[in-house]
Amino acid sequence: MEFTGILTGILAFPFIGGLVILMLNKEAKEQARVIAAFATGASLLLSLLVFFTYDVDAANAAHASLIENGTGPIVFQFVDHITWVKNLGISYQLGVDGLTATMVMLTGLASFAGVMISWGVDERPREFMAFFLFLVAGVYGVFLSTDIFLLLFFYELAIFPMYLLIAGWGWVELREYAAMKLTLYILIGSVIALVGLLVLYFQAGAFYTANPDLLPAASDGAYSFDFNHIHLAAQYGAFNVNGYMGFDGLTIARFWFPFIFIGFGVLAGLFPFHNWSPDGHVAAPTAVSMIHAGVLMKLGAYAALRMGVQLTPDGARVHLPWIVLLALVNVVYGAFIAFRQRDFKYVIGFSSVSHMGLVSLGIATMNNTGMMGAGLQMFSHGVMTALFFSCVGMVYDRAHTRDLPSLGGFIYKMPIVGVAFILGGLVSMGMPPLSGFVAEFPIFIGVWEGIPAEVIAKAPTSLTENGAHYYGLIVILSALGIILTATYVLRVTAQVFFGDFDEEKYHEVNTKPLRVQDRVALIMLSSWLIILGVYPQIMTGMIQSAVDPVVGLLKYGAGLQ
Amino acid sequence: MDWLNANNLPWLIPVPPLVSFALIVLFVGRSKLWTSIVAVTSVFLSFIMAWSLFFHTTVTDKFGVTEAGEHIYDLHIFGSDFTWMDLGPTAFKMGVAVDPLTAVMLFMVPLAILMIFIYSVGYMRAYPVGDPHEIRFSRFLAYLSLFGGAMLTLVVADNLLLLFVGWEVMGLCSYLLIGFLIEKKSAYQAAVKAFMTTRVADVLMLVGIGYLFVETGTLNFREIMLNPEVLERLGDANLTGFLGLSAASIIGSFLVIGTVGKSAQFPLHGWLPDAMEGPTPVSAMIHAAAMVSAGVYMVIRMFPLLEAGGNPHHAEYTLPLIIMGVIGSVTALGAAVLGIAQNDIKRVLAYSTISQLGFMVAALGIGAYVAAAFHLITHAFFKALLFMSSGAVIHSMEHGEQHMIAEGKHPPHRVQPGEATPWGNTHLGLHGEAPDDAEWQPVMPDGIQLSFVAVPNDMRLMGGLINRIPVTAFAMLAGAASLAGAPLISAGFWSKDEILADGLLFLTDSSAFEGHAPWLHILVFLSLFFAAILTAFYTTRMWMMTFLGQPRSEMAKHATLKHEHHHGHDHAHDEHGHAHDEHGHVEAHAVVEHHDEHHHEEHAPAQGFDFRAWWSVYSNSFLMQAPLVVLAFFALTAGFVGIHPEFPILEWFTGGHNFFHEFVGKTLLHEPPGLPWSWLPVLASLTAFFVGAGLGYAIYGTPRDADEKDFMNVALGDPVWHALQNRLNLDNVWLRTLYMPFEWFGRVVVYRNIDKELIDEALHGIADAATAIGEAIKRFNRVVIDGVGDGIPYLIWQGGRRFRSIQSGRIQQYLLFSALMLLAVGTFFILQLF
Repeated sequence: MEFTGILTGILAFPFIGGLVILMLNKEAKEQARVIAAFATGASLLLSLLVFFTYDVDAANAAHASLIENGTGPIVFQFVDHITWVKNLGISYQLGVDGLTATMVMLTGLASFAGVMISWGVDERPREFMAFFLFLVAGVYGVFLSTDIFLLLFFYELAIFPMYLLIAGWGWVELREYAAMKLTLYILIGSVIALVGLLVLYFQAGAFYTANPDLLPAASDGAYSFDFNHIHLAAQYGAFNVNGYMGFDGLTIARFWFPFIFIGFGVLAGLFPFHNWSPDGHVAAPTAVSMIHAGVLMKLGAYAALRMGVQLTPDGARVHLPWIVLLALVNVVYGAFIAFRQRDFKYVIGFSSVSHMGLVSLGIATMNNTGMMGAGLQMFSHGVMTALFFSCVGMVYDRAHTRDLPSLGGFIYKMPIVGVAFILGGLVSMGMPPLSGFVAEFPIFIGVWEGIPAEVIAKAPTSLTENGAHYYGLIVILSALGIILTATYVLRVTAQVFFGDFDEEKYHEVNTKPLRVQDRVALIMLSSWLIILGVYPQIMTGMIQSAVDPVVGLLKYGAGLQ
Repeated sequence: MDWLNANNLPWLIPVPPLVSFALIVLFVGRSKLWTSIVAVTSVFLSFIMAWSLFFHTTVTDKFGVTEAGEHIYDLHIFGSDFTWMDLGPTAFKMGVAVDPLTAVMLFMVPLAILMIFIYSVGYMRAYPVGDPHEIRFSRFLAYLSLFGGAMLTLVVADNLLLLFVGWEVMGLCSYLLIGFLIEKKSAYQAAVKAFMTTRVADVLMLVGIGYLFVETGTLNFREIMLNPEVLERLGDANLTGFLGLSAASIIGSFLVIGTVGKSAQFPLHGWLPDAMEGPTPVSAMIHAAAMVSAGVYMVIRMFPLLEAGGNPHHAEYTLPLIIMGVIGSVTALGAAVLGIAQNDIKRVLAYSTISQLGFMVAALGIGAYVAAAFHLITHAFFKALLFMSSGAVIHSMEHGEQHMIAEGKHPPHRVQPGEATPWGNTHLGLHGEAPDDAEWQPVMPDGIQLSFVAVPNDMRLMGGLINRIPVTAFAMLAGAASLAGAPLISAGFWSKDEILADGLLFLTDSSAFEGHAPWLHILVFLSLFFAAILTAFYTTRMWMMTFLGQPRSEMAKHATLKHEHHHGHDHAHDEHGHAHDEHGHVEAHAVVEHHDEHHHEEHAPAQGFDFRAWWSVYSNSFLMQAPLVVLAFFALTAGFVGIHPEFPILEWFTGGHNFFHEFVGKTLLHEPPGLPWSWLPVLASLTAFFVGAGLGYAIYGTPRDADEKDFMNVALGDPVWHALQNRLNLDNVWLRTLYMPFEWFGRVVVYRNIDKELIDEALHGIADAATAIGEAIKRFNRVVIDGVGDGIPYLIWQGGRRFRSIQSGRIQQYLLFSALMLLAVGTFFILQLF
């Protein structure tokens, strides 16, 4: 047992905050908001603490063997570990590596900004804030868990408040449909992934029972949901035994990888399982859209990376070379649709699909550069899209329409929102020196580099046997997505913020000025986009320290046996 | 850290304008005076640092080849770097470095920017457009500062990535500046067009940069360009196995596409003439000192990579060189042809810019590295000069317009003869009287109209301006002479001559080609030669139409840069009133008071020199014309550093040195060979100038009337003339062939067909299927399971009832059944026969 307490604090503040809010009097609207702000603010501060005190050098040193030989556990920092159900090998286990520390900070930023933006929610704010905090707690839980059971537990925990928030506070015309669509997609995806993970759990247990000398010292027994327990089993080749189900060349890893990866990939908006997301974004209230597009989609990508790629690396070697095509479709396809939307929020919704495609693209390169870019893109897109949705929300609150052709001239009335939106737009189109560029450029380079030769050698397939030369073509095609992004960003900016302002129709803009809280949220989010763009080293080292072990595992980890 | 060390000083050069941007945006934007001071001071600081660094580099011996023949290869000569982004095994380093090519850019860019800033203060103070948003002046200078900072960043960058940062920020600034008057739809459209066109090219360029990084693991110029092993490996065609191209060719082609967009080369040139929607200093900035130069600078900078695997001096052309040679030639000639048909003074200059950039790109295509760099520098000087002069001309014409409004007359509004006007309001004649409604508004087209010429820009309405604004006239003459290539006395002559000399290498030194056919040299020379003739022609036309002859409109008669008080007119019209509120006063009485004071001064007898009085009248005149004089000096003399060492007579002055060649040549790994001396290129340059300018003088030297048809219009005929004015309709072609299919694809195929119909329908289909299955099971339960019990007796009963009707007892019916039966059986047997 090990207990640092910081990560438990991050998790506990929103959870306890939510419970406290539920116990309040029904009329205590202001108190509910203050408590929510306090809870998310405290978590944000703790997550910043984790981000800035995370020891990159120690992590790199601890992972040296994993990076060079593909063997060794992931060493988490700030670990909290309490055994829970010993017989099944379930424990309450939290920890961060470089990527999760970044993601946790992103969650902190987006959730705090979400509460700030939602200050004006006047319809049952008590329940709204409580559900919002439960949602945030669930999201934190997924990022922080290093126990697979706990991770799945939090994963489901995040979905249900989401359903209630969308169905209860969303856009009236679409909310039931969207909430149902979203929940079904994500649930089905996670159930499929769960089945795959259970197969790994039992296989790892059987493997350790047969080879007790390999059992990690920290494990409670042969059967354990501990991440490193199964991760090490994967390194010993437990999932790579040829002849699974009687087919030559098939292994547990190769069979179950697509289920796990795509099961979680649904939440990352992977084509063709993306359609829940634009509808969900549009139907959700502003703060939920922010969490939803800003953090929840990253949760899918993160889980796909951690559960899919890291637990079944041999499956990744075989399947990512074609999954990259899905990612490519995501990039171009989402951009094409965003280009043609009339609804302000749908544009942003589909742009998220497009940008999350870049994350999948980065992961699918299986090299350091591309994966690092994917990590940066996760953070950059999270902050950017949270900023976008808050701008959309502020405009919509006053205009009561999201129909692009009828909007116009809002920059004269709401200059801060206009500037923030344009900043987000520039990030979105990859303008240097902003964070979008520093994220997209490594992804591009990563795709040019293609899959490392060591990885191809481990698992040659008909696609990769020529050295994956088609990756060069993918760069050029995905560049089309970037160009389209610039087009729709300019179009939306022009339609909403420039042109003539209709004083009569949008008179509320004059009577409802921006709150201080709104400004805080906009400035907080915007500043990260600039900081990361000007000096990416603040984050690249951390993400690199989390990505290098994955690449090491893919390159040198056990192959087909 | 010692920031004033020559290795660290380049970091500081772009900083002041960026700080100025932040200061103006955050703090001093409310005051015009402070904004001006901050902006101009910041650029002046950059200018001082850049020039001191430049002179430092001219005397150093740390560049080029040592005695032993080794190239001095050190990353930290005039440069330093730091780790910007870890990429696992490698890392991006951000750094700055100055080599001779950078140094000459550091000579030119800050000087041009400084002049543009001073000029902008004068130009924008009195910008005669109603100002709904009061911080517009400051916003302009803020954008301009950011632009300047980005350009300087690009120049001092030691790697492609930092260069790209500056490149993109400039693209953003050009978008903001071209669309500066956002209430004008045409301005906004032009801004979007410029941004999107360059953006497409930029993204492809980024793809190339990515590939370069993958192949070399670095983007540092020196590590790539001064490393023969890297260049050789990249130039090896066996490396990629893609269409027999080397990696260098693929990367180079992507980079060249970036330049094609940024430097407005065919076929991505359409944005530049429309960019004239921006205020004039923007044009000078975009088209001279900064953005378009950046495009050419980048390919000059990357030249060793572009020629890797080939050798243009031996007519071994690589793919990027061929692209540059062909596109540059087409652009240089095509834009020159379009330039002769423009009546908007800024558009003439815009086409001349495109054309001159084509000269540089084509020159680089045939390996004329030094000549391209030389023309880049001289062109920047004379084109900045020309644009700013044209701005002064336009400003003075606007003054004339104000004067006419003040006198209750109607400024002219012109329509192309015999042309439908989409923006309506065609009743106004050339010297129309004021209509009944007193509020006169200039008629603006709705969106970009190719044939629309803003009234103050219209050369047909000018004439005789040499008497109204003589300083501008002579400064512009210097610029025009340089653009046209006036022999010996202008900078443009020397640089253009050097390009032509390189093109003529196939005649002057044909042995160099070792049996390869120098087809690109021939193509480039011929195109550029004819383009040079046309350049001289339209330049002469432009200058003569503007300044010589009699004023062809009321506006031209009253054109001036001085601040005049218009007696007895409504102050609401007096946009120049804003010129006075440099202390931030906006109250009407302050303006009135100032006017009265001014009025008083005019009639008071001169008692010594009163600076304030002088400034109130001549401030614009001074701020706008002083930079012209400075630039005119460089437009005439900058060429003397690049004279061929064996040029007769002048070699006594140059001492047999081509300073520019010797200095800039050190940038390369192997100093480029000098050209053999020959009279041929000189003759070609002289011919081009005298034929073009002579024709121009012969045709446009005589006084003409405003309504008179242009001589070339008569000579070429209306269809050709209008086609030229409409840019051969290329814009529409691009719209139809590129944009609209994409738009259609996005709207119809992807969104409607795939996303909505295929995927969502599939999903709904699954839901429907599930419902249907449920329904089916429900029915199965009811029909089959429930039905079995009482269904069987029911079926028997039903069957009996059906068959009962056959036994009707009617003969005809029996016969019919028999016949049908026979037919069926008969058919069956007949079919058996086959």
